[in-house]
Amino acid sequence: MAGRLHVATRKGLFELARGGHGWEVADAQFLGDPVSAVLADAEGALYAALDLGHFGAKLWRREADGAWRELAAPAFPPKPADDGADPHPWSLGKIWVLEPGGVPGCLWAGTMPGGLFRSDDGGQSWSLNEALWHMPERRKWAGVAGGEQPGIGSVLVDPRDPSDIRIGVSTAGVWASTDEGRSWRNINRGMYAEYMPPELREEPIAQDVHRLARCAAHPEIVWCQHHNGVFRSEDSGATWHELTTIRPSKFGFAVAAHPRDAETAWFVPAVKDERRVPVDGKVVVARTRDGGRSFEVLRNGLPQHHAYDLVWRHALAVDDSGERLAMGSTSGGLWISEDGGDSWMMPEMRLPPIAAVRFAPV
Amino acid sequence: MPTVSFTQVLARFLEAPSAEVGGGTVGEALAAVFTSRPALRGYVLDDQGALRQHVAVYVNGRLVSDRVRLSDPVGASDEIYVFQALSGG
Repeated sequence: MAGRLHVATRKGLFELARGGHGWEVADAQFLGDPVSAVLADAEGALYAALDLGHFGAKLWRREADGAWRELAAPAFPPKPADDGADPHPWSLGKIWVLEPGGVPGCLWAGTMPGGLFRSDDGGQSWSLNEALWHMPERRKWAGVAGGEQPGIGSVLVDPRDPSDIRIGVSTAGVWASTDEGRSWRNINRGMYAEYMPPELREEPIAQDVHRLARCAAHPEIVWCQHHNGVFRSEDSGATWHELTTIRPSKFGFAVAAHPRDAETAWFVPAVKDERRVPVDGKVVVARTRDGGRSFEVLRNGLPQHHAYDLVWRHALAVDDSGERLAMGSTSGGLWISEDGGDSWMMPEMRLPPIAAVRFAPV
Repeated sequence: MPTVSFTQVLARFLEAPSAEVGGGTVGEALAAVFTSRPALRGYVLDDQGALRQHVAVYVNGRLVSDRVRLSDPVGASDEIYVFQALSGG
């Protein structure tokens, strides 16, 4: 089971370690700076994406010897002078998610304003995935709620085949490449968008995919927390069916998939988009163990009285064992479970608002 | 030659000492600095080479007018200051 947890917050990056007395902060870096994404890779490096208010998005890496150094952040190529019709800026807004590419040295970065970047040298240099960026349909992508820029919030690389990739976009549905990113298709069917006019309700590109999670041992199983509900796919994101039994609500941002059990996943329901707070002021996790036919509402150890914590897309994580989970909130709440979500503990600390949590690989 | 100075806030992330550089415009003077300190460029300019939205550049105490092409002229004795803009509270 994972014994290290990385927590990306509005005011720095915190590393927690599991000791004999529970989880404690072992390190704090970038104190005061917003950290938008974090990744600990299998080779021992730790990546942190900063979202500096004045100075832009930055990327840092901690080497195995503990030293941090800044890497070149992903950057867009010069915008052609005759390309004024693009509604989205050709400049990096924020690194929203970092994922390993399945081969040593390879990383993917999902960003706002909707650019997907790849590195083949451990993040030292990046190239824009031009096939995706230059698709005419990309200009139809809508912004993340409350913002003007679309965001790639999920990148799923098939552990059996690193050339097989899915991305989830707010707001543009699920896109697939089976040729290492040389071509892309908008594949999702079966989702619906209540925020669209009736004739566009089921348009694949209109779907606000808050977050995707796939079962590592059964990669064809993909779970989705969508703006309008939760969905499951058994064919790598092509067709989806809604899981209507989720309680206490169907809105939320985060989802985590069990690494081996194709039937188990966790969600963090909230009151839907007009309010974005926990239902009845109680923080709960919804878990299914039967492929989404039914859900249990887990609340043991979570605040149940006037709690208004919201859990963002990347702030729910499960470790490689499927037993340890971590969840961080917009109010700085951090809860860890060591029994698959049956019970949760809150380490003794008061953290800044949390954007992402991630276990280090064992 | 014009002098370019940077906000001390940048020192948290990287070295940004004042420098005397060549150039007849703000853009040329900044480019001369970035030639010797390439990592600094992304802190000041966006991917298209315009000033970042929340970065302010002054020439002799006057805000530059061209934030996109950085064409404001600078003379040999001018002082260019790069600050973070106080865009919020």
